[in-house]
Amino acid sequence: MIYLDNAATTLKKPEAVISAVVEAMQTMGNSGRSGHDESLAASRIIYRTRESLASLFQCRSDHVVFTANSTEALNMALSGTLDPGDHVISTDCEHNSVLRPLYRLMEQGVSVSFVPADRQGLVLYDDFEALITPRTKAIVCTHASNLTGNKLDLPRIGAIAKAHGLLFIVDASQTAGVFPIDMECWGIDLLCFTGHKSLMGPQGTGGLCVGEGVEVRPWKVGGTGVQTYLTTQPPQYPTRLEAGTLNGHGIAGLYAALSYIDSVSMDQIRAHESLLTRRFYKGIKDIPGVTVYGDFSTFDRGPIVSLNLADWDSSLLSDRLSCDYGIATRPGAHCAPRLHRALGTEEQGAVRFSFNWFNTAAEIDEAIRALREIAAT
Amino acid sequence: MREKEPKLLITFHTTAGAMAMEKQCKQDGLPGRLIPVPRSITSDCGMAWCAPPEARDVLESLMQRESLDTAGVYELLL
Repeated sequence: MIYLDNAATTLKKPEAVISAVVEAMQTMGNSGRSGHDESLAASRIIYRTRESLASLFQCRSDHVVFTANSTEALNMALSGTLDPGDHVISTDCEHNSVLRPLYRLMEQGVSVSFVPADRQGLVLYDDFEALITPRTKAIVCTHASNLTGNKLDLPRIGAIAKAHGLLFIVDASQTAGVFPIDMECWGIDLLCFTGHKSLMGPQGTGGLCVGEGVEVRPWKVGGTGVQTYLTTQPPQYPTRLEAGTLNGHGIAGLYAALSYIDSVSMDQIRAHESLLTRRFYKGIKDIPGVTVYGDFSTFDRGPIVSLNLADWDSSLLSDRLSCDYGIATRPGAHCAPRLHRALGTEEQGAVRFSFNWFNTAAEIDEAIRALREIAAT
Repeated sequence: MREKEPKLLITFHTTAGAMAMEKQCKQDGLPGRLIPVPRSITSDCGMAWCAPPEARDVLESLMQRESLDTAGVYELLL
């Protein structure tokens, strides 16, 4: 089996991640619930993971809040900062993890403007500025599209946000762990990430990194292991946004994943993925009937190539790749309805090939061969 | 029954704060360990850094230097 659905989740994890989760399940108590060794062991690994993430994203370690995934982090960030009457700017490139929280907020009186994407899935940066109104409170956008892999220029958008005193909320689902992200330099107030994609950790891990001085209302409240007789959620980060037992076992795996990425180096991982993306793109772009979506004038992009073959139903093409060639891809709409509309692929969907550090050139060549063969039939 | 001894107790707003204290103290070779907060200090849950009272000055200067998220400093017999 050749796994090319890494933008959905990375299947192959470093061995150290798997053994860290197993060890955690055998040894870890509940973090922050007592002073015995097992509870402290959990607290320590969780604390070290906060420190690693803070160093990765350039924020305060006590402002790294653990969540189940990006979606949870985005819900917390958006519902915790926006009020009825506020205006927010987003883009057509967003995943439903951004869009649905925004649509729900619209029902509550928040207004939303979307920077349009063109047929290549590109946005114009002047559009962000043009959409700002006196009621605009925030800009929320992805770092890289989960459909095209196109990257957005976060420093540029961050500068616009800062110039107008707006909160800058970022969905880093497709880039965390592979692309450098600097919250401080880029003016990011709230960074939402997931642990199970390019960070190569377990599913059920993720987080919300909160910039200094940024106020986020708790989305959920409950047990914290501290300030028990307070009737409200403690106001201090990270506890403010962390109610209930954390996924300590998963976080232990995430820590091992972060250590693995650090040992290999993010630059090397990114270079390898970029090479695979380029190899695949070059191998398929001239196959008769193939349409590739996204901007490939640069390979400073997420390791994603989405395409269609003639008028093939993308679900059927993905199924053919899976059944006849053992190649795992993702068809359909990729939870990105606005971008599919912008690309003109609402009906057909697209087949997404997404690559990872553990993929090889031989696997890419096999995928190219499969597409050529199907196209020739 | 064990005789009670005077102890210095430092409490925190969050578990992350307690962990930061433990890490800094270990790094600087300062005495103490984390224990569940004695209920004579607060009936809230959480962790406290328990150290000999004579370490008060050095621990307080560490807390200040590192801007640690502490909630209170107490001396009591434990």
